[in-house]
Amino acid sequence: MLLSEGDLQAIWLTLRLASIVTLILLVLGTPIAWWLARTRTRWKGLIGAVVALPLVLPPSVLGFYLLLAMGPYGLVGHLTRKLGLGPLPFTFEGLVIASVFYSLPFMVQPLQNAFESIGDRPLEVAATLRGSPLDAFFTVAVPLALPGFLTASILTFAHTVGEFGVVLMIGGNIPGVTRVASVQIYDHVEALEYTQAHHLSAIMLVFSFLVLLALYAWRPNPKKGA
Amino acid sequence: MNKILSALLFCSLLLVTASARAEKITVAAAADLKFAMGEIITEFKKANPTDEIEVIYGSSGKFHTQIQQGAPYDLYFSADIAFPRELAKNGFAASDVTPYAFGRIVLWSESLDATKMNLESLTDLTITRIAIANPKHAPYGKRAEEALRSSKIWDKVEAKLVYGENIAHTAQFVQTGNAQVGIIALSLAVSPELSNKGGYWLIPDNLHEPLEQGYIITKRAAENVLAKRFADYMGSKEARAVMTKYGFVLPNESTSK
Repeated sequence: MLLSEGDLQAIWLTLRLASIVTLILLVLGTPIAWWLARTRTRWKGLIGAVVALPLVLPPSVLGFYLLLAMGPYGLVGHLTRKLGLGPLPFTFEGLVIASVFYSLPFMVQPLQNAFESIGDRPLEVAATLRGSPLDAFFTVAVPLALPGFLTASILTFAHTVGEFGVVLMIGGNIPGVTRVASVQIYDHVEALEYTQAHHLSAIMLVFSFLVLLALYAWRPNPKKGA
Repeated sequence: MNKILSALLFCSLLLVTASARAEKITVAAAADLKFAMGEIITEFKKANPTDEIEVIYGSSGKFHTQIQQGAPYDLYFSADIAFPRELAKNGFAASDVTPYAFGRIVLWSESLDATKMNLESLTDLTITRIAIANPKHAPYGKRAEEALRSSKIWDKVEAKLVYGENIAHTAQFVQTGNAQVGIIALSLAVSPELSNKGGYWLIPDNLHEPLEQGYIITKRAAENVLAKRFADYMGSKEARAVMTKYGFVLPNESTSK
């Protein structure tokens, strides 16, 4: 057997985490992207910058702040205790929340681009046909932005799979709960188990390549269309 | 403009000659030495102000791998003497493997009074998170696991365990309150950063294998005089006093106190 039980558990956990984060970000990211694409307020720059922050922040910064904020002395920690939940670090839920922050720009930015490229015209047409804004969004904007949704989802999923620093800082490396594939590889390397590290790393490499290949191969070639 | 240029040129010339003259070494030190090593270097530099010593703290296992891959470390202080022994066996050392200390593990907490605790207390239901270093590769984590196993409480506490990457990372889990209690190095628990935050309980060393620590001069520093001088300094009265202050047991002293 190429992979140990621990490896399989780590892969399954990683896939579960990435799927849940992608679904949550589809729900949260869509309205943010829509708003950013349509708004003309001067707050647009500010919100856009905040959304893009995880692109430039070192994961250790995000991990450090989240560890403090979600801990029992932090703001989020106080809140979760009031709600009768325990502190979030070292839990799967904590990882989900951290990953939602971490992958936010990978959902919002492709969606925002997709929405912006639709332009005002199709929505104005929908309005003259007495479509409500919500109606217009679901029957006009979403179908037109479908490639954007696909790109955003794939990127979000892949980026969450590739997460390491934040997980290391707030995860606590618990098997089946927070020990994702990237951390499992790190542990193998640290324990000098290079063979196992090789197997799992090769899987990650092939997976990442296939995801990107699918993304680039599928993207319509603009020259052909013109 | 010309004046500024020549001034800049002069300054950079100074920098170049200065760095050419002073000796410089890079030390890879196990995370449990975080505070002790800093003090030892300060002492060393009092007598040798022109020497430059840069320290990188981290997990002993990682340094072991990095040195095999040609990492630019001149001295390697490992929390587990087995790592430098293996490096020496494979020809990566320019010195004998020298034992420099025995480490001790303690229960440490920021929010609870750990001085009144013992390993049995960890089974208490109010304790939900216990931080230890990763037993898979961190020496202090291995000893923590051994202590929990020989006290026959491993099965009861395993579900509460969270694993730090090295011993300093483990202490950080406790320091931020995310784990109520942790098993960390005595050398960290008595450090200025942590000692004012909570008490500790010394785990009897008959519950685990000794944490014998050792160093080597790496092969790349074979000709480096400063590396040799600093290594020798570890056996000096001053350095030993600092190590003792941080709770390390020294090689020719009794290990059971």
